[in-house]
Amino acid sequence: MILNEYKYELGTIERGYNNRSLYINLSDNTIKEKEVTQFMKDKFIGGKGFGLWYLWNAVTPETKWNDPENEIVIAHGPIAGITQYPGSGKSLVVTLSPLTHMPMDSNVGGYFGPYLKFSGFDALELQGKAEKDVIIFIDGNRGIVQIMESDVEEKDSHLLSEILTDRFAKNEEDKKNVSVVSTGSAADNTLIGLLNFSFYDIRRKAVRLKQAGRGGIGTVFRDKKIKALVVRFEGTKGNLNNPADQGKINKAGIKLHREICLLDDKQNRMRKIGTANIIEIMDQYDLLPTHNYKFGSHKDTYKISSDKFQARVTQGLPDGCWYGCSLSCAKAADDFIPETGPYKGQKVIVDGPEYENAAALGSNIGVFDRDAVLELNFYCDTYGIDTISFGTLTAFIMECYENGILDKEKTGGLELYFGNKEAALELIHQMARGEGFGKIAGLGIRRMKKIFIEEYGADADFLNDIGMEQKGLEYSEYLSKESLAQQGGYGLTNKGPQHDEAWLIFMDMVNNQIPTFEDKAEALHYFPMFRTWFGLMGLCKLPWNDIVPEDNKYTDEPAKIPEHVQNYVDLFNGITGKNIDKHELIRQSERVYNFQRIFNIRMGYGKRIHDRTPYRSMGPVTEEEYLSRQERYDNQLKELVGIDPEGMTTKEKIAALRKYREDQYEKLTDAVYQRRGWTMDGVPTIKKLKELDMDIPELIEVVEQHL
Amino acid sequence: MIIVNGKEFPWEEGMTVRRLLELKKYIYPRITVKINGQIVNEEEYDTKVINDGDNVQCIHLMAGG
Ligand code: SF4
Repeated sequence: MILNEYKYELGTIERGYNNRSLYINLSDNTIKEKEVTQFMKDKFIGGKGFGLWYLWNAVTPETKWNDPENEIVIAHGPIAGITQYPGSGKSLVVTLSPLTHMPMDSNVGGYFGPYLKFSGFDALELQGKAEKDVIIFIDGNRGIVQIMESDVEEKDSHLLSEILTDRFAKNEEDKKNVSVVSTGSAADNTLIGLLNFSFYDIRRKAVRLKQAGRGGIGTVFRDKKIKALVVRFEGTKGNLNNPADQGKINKAGIKLHREICLLDDKQNRMRKIGTANIIEIMDQYDLLPTHNYKFGSHKDTYKISSDKFQARVTQGLPDGCWYGCSLSCAKAADDFIPETGPYKGQKVIVDGPEYENAAALGSNIGVFDRDAVLELNFYCDTYGIDTISFGTLTAFIMECYENGILDKEKTGGLELYFGNKEAALELIHQMARGEGFGKIAGLGIRRMKKIFIEEYGADADFLNDIGMEQKGLEYSEYLSKESLAQQGGYGLTNKGPQHDEAWLIFMDMVNNQIPTFEDKAEALHYFPMFRTWFGLMGLCKLPWNDIVPEDNKYTDEPAKIPEHVQNYVDLFNGITGKNIDKHELIRQSERVYNFQRIFNIRMGYGKRIHDRTPYRSMGPVTEEEYLSRQERYDNQLKELVGIDPEGMTTKEKIAALRKYREDQYEKLTDAVYQRRGWTMDGVPTIKKLKELDMDIPELIEVVEQHL
Repeated sequence: MIIVNGKEFPWEEGMTVRRLLELKKYIYPRITVKINGQIVNEEEYDTKVINDGDNVQCIHLMAGG
């Protein structure tokens, strides 16, 4: 049954913009167009910038994630949709997160974003709540948007996306023109729901999924009773953006394709194995989280090393998640047969594995078993669960279980000790069914801590030390103990501890390139700003530095990959006809970054106190951890702290090291705030906003209350 | 004694770049090695000898994740 239908004029994209967006309110089935103004383009550029701006206007400081006012905004960006430069098909999804109560943003592949753009819209805003499950369909060739009641029984993404691709495609040939956004049954029952964005893989003749994973966006999607979004667009071509200077774009693209072709096999093997190439590297450098981030390596890592996964992913098929991505890291294991759950015994495709999944679903929960990792990965995706949050919160539960904070009685019989893959799988199935201990686990670490403290009498200090969440979001999968800069890369972020703002571990801990607080603060300014830019444009981060020019090492600043930065400047200028340089690129990001910080402050967060991190991210919490790397820590006490560990008990040594490391983090915070132009409480100053041309009255009004 | 990435590291007679990378367990595939500021090409890792007192940088190029 069609609940509402809206017809719109087809248009053409001009220099990367349609200059309009699509607004849908599910409470009353409103569908309308909105103008994308010059103000929006100047200040917020596109993608995540547009998402944050629309969300800012939709909510108040009192709005909760499950209020009808909350929105999910999907937006791409001015560069998105080109096919000449690798990694140009991303969507950015923004919503108020059920985990953090602040704006969340997630960057995702699949064809939805580009097709939305080609259908005529720079963003899709979803507000309100439907009464019954609905499907929203955008026909980008006929200019029709429909809200219809869902008649699909299936609840999990791998089936939903296949059924809807079949239904909305005219024939097999047409399936590549359809993209579906959906989530799975666990998004109804947990706060860690994700969104799956589909693309049709013509070689496999199968629907593939890419995830907007972090922060519970899928949970909001189901709270609005959206079963799926479907877009259909026929006629994808490389020049649909009507760029100002196609030649500039082609030139940058040809250069990068050549680099990938010549160098990827020698560098990161992204085409062969994808991001999983770093599993054993992280282990070797003591950075692979094992057993809830207690340690950085494990004797059994070889069982989940990249060659084990490589043997399982289909060979000879480099897969891109948008046209023209020759870096092609989107791997899949075909014909995988789960051993548990509702799809037991069926042949399925597992999209992945990626590094994060292998670490979250493998080493961090002590499961050194490739097929168990793949099975957990499959179920996370189809049930609509964020793999990172699942892995990190399960690791937390397992440490609580081994410490007697939880037992079989409290977990309903699940023996959740490290390495118990059967229990981890049952936990995930419980999340999907909304049953048992899975319901508690699905609330995330922050809420679990409260329950364990208040109801089970657990030691609050211990749980706050080992619960790897900050701002309510679970940590992603790198061990930051030995890198102060990375502690800041996780802690001094807008959305929570996800490494997509800054990954500085090698620069800091191994290369020792940023020894002073000022050096670290500079890196924690530049890299988060630079990487924010991908989210404004609809770009993938990987082609920036997972492949580098052969002569990169001879440049002034190899870590920035200067030639690729210039490519991005050329792409933006080539599309829009503007004339920015690499400094203006950073300013574009800074505007949105500071805006997001102020948005957080407006929601009651975003201050220094919210940038504090659990001690497990900084140093050894337990004697077991200290003793496992005793020589390293003892030396640090001597050389850095200036005390002789001889004769001290392990407890005393842990306390002394802790005092030192916490103090270092505070000093780093001071330096970073100063570099970013914030007060020592983490509030952007009016001077900074003026410098950025962001002294908009409504922003000034928020910061003034905190200066 | 040599300096590796700003920190002291024991030197041994005849130490090549390859040997140093092994000793440091630096297995990352994209490392730029500099000895006293001069880049050493990968083809020379087996032959280039590090002298006592040299300042060696092994720059792992990864700002990724
Ligand atoms: S590098 Fe990988 S994730 Fe990025 S666009 Fe290409 S295939 Fe997609």
